[in-house]
Amino acid sequence: MNTKPTAANAAVPGPAADQTANLYEGMVPVARLKDSRIYRHVLSVLVDNEAGVLARVTGLFSGRGYNIESLTVSEVDKEKQVSRINVVTSGTHQVIEQIKAQLGRLVPVHVVRDLTDDGPSIERELALMKVVGVGKKRTDALRWADKHGAHIVESTPKSFVFQLVGTTMEINDFIIGLQPLGLIEVSRTGAAAIASGEKAIDHQDENPADADIKLSQ
Amino acid sequence: MPDTGIASEPMLGAAIILKALQEQGVEVVFGYPGGAVLPIYDELFKQNSIRHILVRHEQGAVHAAEGYARSTGKVGVVLVTSGPGATNAVTGLTDALMDSIPIVCLTGQVPTHLIGNDAFQEADTTGITRPCTKHNYLVKDVNKLALIIHEAFYVARAGRPGPVVIDLPKDVVMTPGQYETAPRGIHRKKHKTYNPRTVPHDKAIEQAVDLMLAAKRPLFYTGGGVINAGPKASALLRELVDLTGFPITSTLMGLGAFPAAGPQWLGMVGMHGLYESNMAMYHCDVMINIGARFDDRVTGNLKFFSPGSKKIHVDIDPSSINKNVVVDVPVIGDAAVALEEMIRVFKAKRQHAPKVDTSAWWKSIAEWRARKCLNYTQAGKLIKPQYAIQRLYELTKDRETYITTEVGQHQMWAAQFYRFEHPNRWLTSGGLGTMGYGLPAAIGAQLAHRDALVVDIAGEASILMNIQELSTAVQFRLPVKIFIINNQYMGMVRQWQELLHGGRYSESYTDALPDFVKLAEAYHCVGLRVSDPANVDDTIKEMMAIDKPVIVDVLVDQKENCFPMIPSGKAHNEMILGTEAAAERTITGAGAALV
Repeated sequence: MNTKPTAANAAVPGPAADQTANLYEGMVPVARLKDSRIYRHVLSVLVDNEAGVLARVTGLFSGRGYNIESLTVSEVDKEKQVSRINVVTSGTHQVIEQIKAQLGRLVPVHVVRDLTDDGPSIERELALMKVVGVGKKRTDALRWADKHGAHIVESTPKSFVFQLVGTTMEINDFIIGLQPLGLIEVSRTGAAAIASGEKAIDHQDENPADADIKLSQ
Repeated sequence: MPDTGIASEPMLGAAIILKALQEQGVEVVFGYPGGAVLPIYDELFKQNSIRHILVRHEQGAVHAAEGYARSTGKVGVVLVTSGPGATNAVTGLTDALMDSIPIVCLTGQVPTHLIGNDAFQEADTTGITRPCTKHNYLVKDVNKLALIIHEAFYVARAGRPGPVVIDLPKDVVMTPGQYETAPRGIHRKKHKTYNPRTVPHDKAIEQAVDLMLAAKRPLFYTGGGVINAGPKASALLRELVDLTGFPITSTLMGLGAFPAAGPQWLGMVGMHGLYESNMAMYHCDVMINIGARFDDRVTGNLKFFSPGSKKIHVDIDPSSINKNVVVDVPVIGDAAVALEEMIRVFKAKRQHAPKVDTSAWWKSIAEWRARKCLNYTQAGKLIKPQYAIQRLYELTKDRETYITTEVGQHQMWAAQFYRFEHPNRWLTSGGLGTMGYGLPAAIGAQLAHRDALVVDIAGEASILMNIQELSTAVQFRLPVKIFIINNQYMGMVRQWQELLHGGRYSESYTDALPDFVKLAEAYHCVGLRVSDPANVDDTIKEMMAIDKPVIVDVLVDQKENCFPMIPSGKAHNEMILGTEAAAERTITGAGAALV
């Protein structure tokens, strides 16, 4: 249990205390929660890489009716057996806060980070696109790929497989342009994301030091 | 016992299970054997410290464990076999999840090499139970078995309690492995991922107390979280309510945390809560929610829920906060710790705060109370269900009494008319609303409190859902009392059909009910029947005097509805009392689509 402030130092905040001074971990301003607009959020979740953990996360989304735009999962620390799940979801602030809280209370979850809320972040996905065609369509497709910086990972006399790495929006734009040029198949990874700058997501969760552990009675 | 966590001699997986349960202090296991768990039952046979209670259906095992857990504050333990054993337990697990009851449920599983092959009595237990447990495990390595069991008890208890399933393939329990003791003392580490916050943020407490000190129309709204936080939390709640002088209401789950005899007690809130409680919820200016979760049975129409209040919400589960109702001051932590802090800061700040006059608020409350919303008239030859429960209360209140219920009208009448002074005495299925809960829960409670009076207030429809557990009660000499409010209808269904569906009582009348007196006798119990109001007291006294399971078949007025009521889709200030004409009670529009 942490040290408790004594009666003497239990300060009475004045009426002029500004909004931010009243904020604390776990508190979300009412005005934000009552905003009914929908926002897209990228969440990164570090989980123990154990059987069923992905099912727990996806089951939570389907069971509670949350939206998943994309989801990627892969082990990121072999030694500690930690996997990272990146979820792109959308909802009101209230729903996003609820999603984070629901994810946070799953037992194998180390930490949930809202990359959208926590400052600038970088988001990339990889897409493979197969284009079939000859003649002008084929040269137009090549030109379009070149313009967007897509790689040709396979080429046959009648087809190309392009690879593009970029943001979800960039890939969407690229695909729209390819559609009239013989696009027959798309395979996308969904977004991987990471925070900008020096800060790293912590492998340890950020539990309060006071957590009450009762492993035995 | 060494506290080093060093492994001991290898032993069979099944023996590891028993040893781990013993180390966790388990005294009772509720279960039912089957092929996949035979090795565990064999180990059970060889020891004496853990008692096994043989139920008659696995759903009953989980409810009995819930009754045991809720009446003691300990973790309830269940042991069932694979396949149907596990699937039968699912309703109980879901019930425990919804009501935050700590349960560890061991399920047998087919041997590892057969998993996925549609083997006999195979079910994907971890898959099926994932959404209805707090956590679950499939044990594939016997050397991890002991620590998984220790962890399961920790997870079941820590933070917001809940059910945990451990799925045990038969080959794993038949393989020798290393036992490991639960790490203790300096070896005890934080769980690597699951460490719910128990001590609330200082700022949260400060802001909560500031709101409380400035409140003109304050109200405590408390729930099952206070009960779950242990008897200390209930004691602290009494202290804080006393200190502040504020009125207090509670959810169905929280009854008993604050004594019903207290002058500040308003009674239960919600759909069938008291008029004064719901009106106070609607009109308050500061709501102090402690361990309740703004469930739809409590809030009514969210759009009109307590429109003028600032809301403080104390909850150990951050996902309960801002889920249904947006709150001004979230306080994430254990209810007991939060209450202790609130008391301390309230005392400190009170000296500097201007005194707020709440007398107008109490005057309003007095006016609402004067409506006497629970009034009914016991006249004529028919027993009113309210009267039966009121008499049960009056005649049993001086004994240590535990009340369980099934689900429906009788449950709401019990909540309205039975007055609880202590926590852990009221065991009812609140979140899931599971008919068939009451009898097995009573068995679990009676087992933990041999000398207490344990009464299942039941309906004649609900009781038939787990009536087979009478056999369990008899086998283990558990003198539970089943007090059936018999109106021959699924009363709450009938009531809703009257209010919503033009009185077309589709399938809610039970024809060919058993003769409950003979049924009791067939199970080697005692059956009593009462139909005359004049005989109610004597029948209850007779019931109490019998040291065996008793069924009391109370034939009541079939037409009685449960009021007051917030019709679905309505707000707290639109409660209907029992006195209005039937026409005014008809529910139409969007509310009719709600449950």
